[in-house]
Amino acid sequence: MKEAVYIGRNPAAEPDLQQLLHEVALGDQEAFASVYDTVAGPVLGVVRAVLRDLAQSEEVAQDVLVEVWRTAPRYRPDRGTAINWILTLAHRRAVDRVRSVEAAAARDTKAALLDRTPEYDEVTEQVESRLEQEQVRRCLRTLTDLQRQSVTLAYYRGLTYREVAEALALPLGTVKTRLRDGLIRLRDCLGVTA
Amino acid sequence: MTDPHTLTGAYALHALPDDERAGFERHLAGCPSCAREVEEFEAAAARLALASTVPVRPAMREEVLHRVGSVRQLTPGTTPVERVRRSKALGAAPARWALAACVAAAAVFGGTAVWQYDRAQDAQQRAARAERQASDLAGVLAAPDAKSRTVRVAGGTGTVVVSAQRDRAVFVSSKMPEPPKGKVYQLWFDDGGTMRDAGLMDPARASQSVLLKGPVDGASGVGVTVEPAGGSAKPTSAPVTVLSMPS
Repeated sequence: MKEAVYIGRNPAAEPDLQQLLHEVALGDQEAFASVYDTVAGPVLGVVRAVLRDLAQSEEVAQDVLVEVWRTAPRYRPDRGTAINWILTLAHRRAVDRVRSVEAAAARDTKAALLDRTPEYDEVTEQVESRLEQEQVRRCLRTLTDLQRQSVTLAYYRGLTYREVAEALALPLGTVKTRLRDGLIRLRDCLGVTA
Repeated sequence: MTDPHTLTGAYALHALPDDERAGFERHLAGCPSCAREVEEFEAAAARLALASTVPVRPAMREEVLHRVGSVRQLTPGTTPVERVRRSKALGAAPARWALAACVAAAAVFGGTAVWQYDRAQDAQQRAARAERQASDLAGVLAAPDAKSRTVRVAGGTGTVVVSAQRDRAVFVSSKMPEPPKGKVYQLWFDDGGTMRDAGLMDPARASQSVLLKGPVDGASGVGVTVEPAGGSAKPTSAPVTVLSMPS
């Protein structure tokens, strides 16, 4: 089944994405297909990290990709890179879904089942993605335990900072500052510039 | 209430409850350093997303591309334009009341109030003009017969979009370098070698869409020159680029 699995290009090494999105904004469907090829893997990846359930994740990821097409004319390059814009949108939509009430109940039982279904996790991983994972993992280790737990609970589980505070039995103010301090460390370690 | 600055992290991770998010966004609008930090945090969070990249079912590609075929894109109009439109739809009556109040006051306060009335009317006309331009611009970009051509311009790109039916053109720049201090980019219609003024670009923005002044009127191309602030009646320098009209 290996050849049936689409492996996208590495979006971080894709200087053309901005230009492609600009063409998408002018209604170019071929340019959109290229954008899709570049971002579908990370979009589904982040949505799935938050939602766990593959079927729901595919549904949300598709909606996100269609929204990229629809709103491309409103994308503002001066507000951040194209890939950041798309992945921020994907995370936002995944979090919206997690917080919608009916999804919350279904998620936990389904997620437990899916976590024991190995095929999707064991299909080939692209090399860039593994390198990316290595670097992100290494940088996450530079955070204090509380910073790392706060950031990952918020980002990968879609919890609000209030829920994070509850989960870690910490005061609200502490969680706010841990999230910010954690992101500062992560930003500096990853060498991110906006 | 804690210092809203500390909410940048929670905001960038979408970890603010809805009610607090709205409040923080209001703060963000007036806090450039917060906006900058949020942007950087979003970039860091995007790396967390990239690290989660997974393979995608090939069939999903066809499904998404198929859906996109029937989804209308938004017009490039910016949010302020939308706000103007909304205020026109919902707020036209109060605006008229305000003007009527000015007129009434004019009877009492004489000259000053009349001057204020003129200013108010002037502002309203300016707003109406800006709105008309924005909708003309969007109209050209969304016209069914719109055609475009893109060229590299000094490290960035320039795209000219023309609608023959509307006889108007839009110039879209992306990442063009800033013009030298005290200079602006000026746009021209090329009427078979004679350059006709088509307006100025905003020197502060590297990426922008500009509705060219006046009709295309059979122009063979669009040129861009660097001119002293305020623009020139005729080009005073060699063009940075000349694009022939897309056909």
